[in-house]
Amino acid sequence: MSVFTSSIGRKIAMALSGLFLILFLTQHFAINITSVFSEALFNQLSHFMGNNPIVQFVFQPLLIFGVLFHFIMGFVLELKNRGARQKAYSQFKGSANASWPSRNMIISGLVVLSFLALHFYDFWIPEMNYKYVEVLPLNETRYFEEMVHKFESPVRVGLYVLSFFFLALHLHHGFSSSFQSMGANNKYTQAIKPLTTAFAVLIPLGFVFIAIYHHLTAF
Amino acid sequence: MATLDSKIPKGPLAEKWTQHKSNINLVSPANKRLIDIIVVGTGLAGASASATLAELGYNVKSFCFQDSPRRAHSIAAQGGINAAKNYQGDGDSTHRLFYDTIKGGDYRSREANVYRLAEVSTNIIDQCVAQGVPFARDYGGLLDNRSFGGVLVSRTFYAKGQTGQQLLLGAYSAMNRQIGRGKIKMYNRHEMMDLVVIDGKARGIIARNLVTGEIERHAAHAVVIASGGYGNVFFLSTNAMGSNVSAAWKIHKKGAHFANPCFTQIHPTCIPVSGEHQSKLTLMSESLRNDGRIWVPKKIEDVKAIREGKLKPTQIAEEDRDYYLERRYPAFGNLVPRDVASRAAKERCDAGYGVNATGEAVYLDFSSAIIRYGKEQAHVKGMDENDAALVKKLGQEVVRSKYGNLFQMYEKIVDQNPYETPMMIYPAVHYTMGGVWVDYNLMTSIPGCYAIGEANFSDHGANRLGASALMQGLADGYFVLPYTIGDYLADDIRTGRIDTEHPEFEKAEAGVKAQLEAFINAKGKQPVDYYHRQLGKIMWNQCGMSRNEKGLKQAIKDIHDLREDFYKNVNVPGGTNEFNEELAKAGRVADFLELGELFAKDALERTESCGGHFREESQTPEGEALRDDKNFTYVAAWEYKGDPSKAQLHKEVLKYEEIEIKTRSYK
Amino acid sequence: MKLTLKVWRQANRTAKGKMETYQIDEVSPDMSFLEMMDMLNQQLMSQGIEPVAFDHDCREGICGMCSMFINGEAHGPDRLVTTCQLHMRKFKDGDTITIEPFRANAFPVIRDLVVDRTAFDRIQHAGGFISVNTSGNTQDANAIPINKTDADHAFDAATCIGCGACVATCKNASAMLFVSAKVSQYALLPQGKVEATERVVNMVKQMDEEGFGNCTNTGACEVECPKGISLENIARMNREYLSASLKG
Repeated sequence: MSVFTSSIGRKIAMALSGLFLILFLTQHFAINITSVFSEALFNQLSHFMGNNPIVQFVFQPLLIFGVLFHFIMGFVLELKNRGARQKAYSQFKGSANASWPSRNMIISGLVVLSFLALHFYDFWIPEMNYKYVEVLPLNETRYFEEMVHKFESPVRVGLYVLSFFFLALHLHHGFSSSFQSMGANNKYTQAIKPLTTAFAVLIPLGFVFIAIYHHLTAF
Repeated sequence: MATLDSKIPKGPLAEKWTQHKSNINLVSPANKRLIDIIVVGTGLAGASASATLAELGYNVKSFCFQDSPRRAHSIAAQGGINAAKNYQGDGDSTHRLFYDTIKGGDYRSREANVYRLAEVSTNIIDQCVAQGVPFARDYGGLLDNRSFGGVLVSRTFYAKGQTGQQLLLGAYSAMNRQIGRGKIKMYNRHEMMDLVVIDGKARGIIARNLVTGEIERHAAHAVVIASGGYGNVFFLSTNAMGSNVSAAWKIHKKGAHFANPCFTQIHPTCIPVSGEHQSKLTLMSESLRNDGRIWVPKKIEDVKAIREGKLKPTQIAEEDRDYYLERRYPAFGNLVPRDVASRAAKERCDAGYGVNATGEAVYLDFSSAIIRYGKEQAHVKGMDENDAALVKKLGQEVVRSKYGNLFQMYEKIVDQNPYETPMMIYPAVHYTMGGVWVDYNLMTSIPGCYAIGEANFSDHGANRLGASALMQGLADGYFVLPYTIGDYLADDIRTGRIDTEHPEFEKAEAGVKAQLEAFINAKGKQPVDYYHRQLGKIMWNQCGMSRNEKGLKQAIKDIHDLREDFYKNVNVPGGTNEFNEELAKAGRVADFLELGELFAKDALERTESCGGHFREESQTPEGEALRDDKNFTYVAAWEYKGDPSKAQLHKEVLKYEEIEIKTRSYK
Repeated sequence: MKLTLKVWRQANRTAKGKMETYQIDEVSPDMSFLEMMDMLNQQLMSQGIEPVAFDHDCREGICGMCSMFINGEAHGPDRLVTTCQLHMRKFKDGDTITIEPFRANAFPVIRDLVVDRTAFDRIQHAGGFISVNTSGNTQDANAIPINKTDADHAFDAATCIGCGACVATCKNASAMLFVSAKVSQYALLPQGKVEATERVVNMVKQMDEEGFGNCTNTGACEVECPKGISLENIARMNREYLSASLKG
């Protein structure tokens, strides 16, 4: 399939990479939520994720590729799409026929991307530094402390909440839309729509809950 | 007066077409590649002809004034297409379809053509299904049929209320295939400005590119006119805004006879005129008369109260309503043919019983059908048949499933809910049975120039039955012309390329340019639309649903005067070398102003009443149309002699071998 | 009604256009939008101004020729109608109405509000047909029964009038709804299945070459489509394209 050349190929590629990221997000959430009720379990899972060679050297690069692909393709499509109407309307009532999230995936996407940068700066870079640059000794119980420490700052929590709000918007359109892109719009659509909407609301809400929980319970 | 040779093949009626096909000349596949054919118009007839001719191997050039061939006005046909398939097993046959069409046409059509039409009708359905036309189907997966006015069988195939659209898109798809293969060269937004005749044969056209204004010469070995009817001579009609007579009129002026111009169909169920601003009229499908009942109030005081808005139609008691079609024509009731239904509406309105502000509207009421269907549904579902609200709700659902899109269209235009209050309707010009005279091979009186579909006159006589126009367009284009044109072109295989530098091309082009310049340079006061509206008023008042000698004579004079004024005082802004819609309209209206006069002249000449042509002087004591078979069983074919008033009449006497001419009665 | 009209004026394909403002009075609420435009043109001509060019033909919502972008929406504020069926009763006395041509690179302006939509035709040339000869020597129309649901869905897709509102209204100027309607009609019918693979690949290829944008599933096209063509058709085309690609 001409993924990179045909419009539908690109669309399906966006959907597939999006679904892959959704899968990752679910997994990420499943681990993070344990931090609310069990410090030990959270540490244990984090340690596994951080040191298992398959996770580290197969899934992690795949994830990075997925994120980069989804981002770059999204950006390329946005540019192409903007280019398809070089002379703009003087009046364009987009809200009359389509939802804000569906029309502004690039905005919600860029917010999420900025958040990812922060997230990498907060967790991933120190983590890489710890493990592969400075090669500090293994410590299976450091993860919970590190995380809670990050949530001490109200500014960071604020940014966190804001980002997840935009992630919710992004998911609200993107998740159900990926089914449409892959050609699944049929008798199950009525059932899929509420599920994807629920996912788009609950998962980001869950992340926000975790952040606020740790912010409030620290000290 | 000369007589005309219609070239009807010898032999028994049922075998004429088969025998003719076997005997006419053919062009070999290798030679077809050397022959060019121009087709003007891309409606059902033009599109199907273009596709088939290209498929046979000819080089086709197709022209349409719209931005895409798919937009030709065949697209607006609603109800359906007839074919003698007898899928319903209700006794239909080729002969019955043939007979109904001849009778419906009030015995003024050519027997052999009509028989051929009925014969090929079944192929059309096979062809369209193979092309992917999504006709309505029943739950068993087979094709469904419905019934139309003036017949006693169900032979109409349909695709909801959009049959014309689906058939045209089918023909357009066949064209697309040939355009993709390079066998058709498509000229969108091009208007045919004149026919080029060299040594007595049609050899090309002059066309105007409507985007750039450029005048182009296009040569061919044959020219096919498929430009539709001339209903827009009335200004207000159900035709598209751009529908025009120009292509047909230009060939008329170059020698093609124009037949029966006065035979015009006024469709009984259209949305009435609402005011002076009105630009066109909208049809409500004939299929509505399956379930709608037509009435006006019995008491003139009720009419007054309705017009003043003091009374609603739903408040008028059953016994105070005059269901005039059921009263006058008990056998066919609301399903009488179109001409009969239209005249009956006019009669009531003329007597002062019209129900809207203009006095020109009658009611089409679905309340009985809603109750009937509602009770039926309640019974089927085991619900209470006496619960009026429930019955109404169930009945409305049935009516919605049958006519939903039409009801919605009505509501959008009139802003009234037809489920709750009766529709208001009035007759409007819809179709023209008259047109360019053609022989059995569909060739006009100019060798090499053909006319197909609504543009010719041949199949519908003085009145067309519902769902027959689509049938004729596709029959001509898919199955008749592609055979018969070979007979003529067989002699042309050695002609070679036609030179567009020929003096006749130059002359025609110069004429076209001069006329366009004249419009621009007139710099008068009145816009083109003013003249078109004036013409429409004359036509509607004097040449509409009923005609008389005095009115027709007046019309001839008025149109003549209007035409003179037009050339002096018309205002066409802009220039010739640009996109200029006013200029395009001016050319079309100029032709309508000539055709209108010939129309009136033809109506004046034909002192009988037949089909859509009703002469007040020729009626029965009950006010029904009275034919004069002794004097008028002929086609009136007019030859152009420099001015419409000087047109010379040729008669093609109609001979009926197979059927007996009877008085048409629907009582 | 008294109205202020802001209308896009552009002399030809290459000219640089601009919005012009006109006042119009005595507009009847029973007029269609195009009749109001007729009235405007009569007024302009009487003032010696060239009339506004706009596409229109059948004026009953079926030919697909009319094409204005009115107050930020294709075919104006009403739903399931074309501009010719939009009536002035949808507006109020004193309103300002902005009227622009359908805009997309693939639909260049020819003059004022008239655009060139032949890109749609070219997509159809690439595969919008079933390759059957028009000889009439096909099998009987009832030889292949077609499931009523499929036939009805094929019909619904086939009701597309090719007006281009989907492109005009899509923020990406994507033609997916139009193309998918045609692909769907044939994909749903047994007659069309034979060539389904080549058809979807060729039509999508042509669509891409014409310079339309990509579909991002906003659903605006479905809302603005005067014929209510469903997004399900786009999903079906995606599916057809995916399976065509997998087949190679």
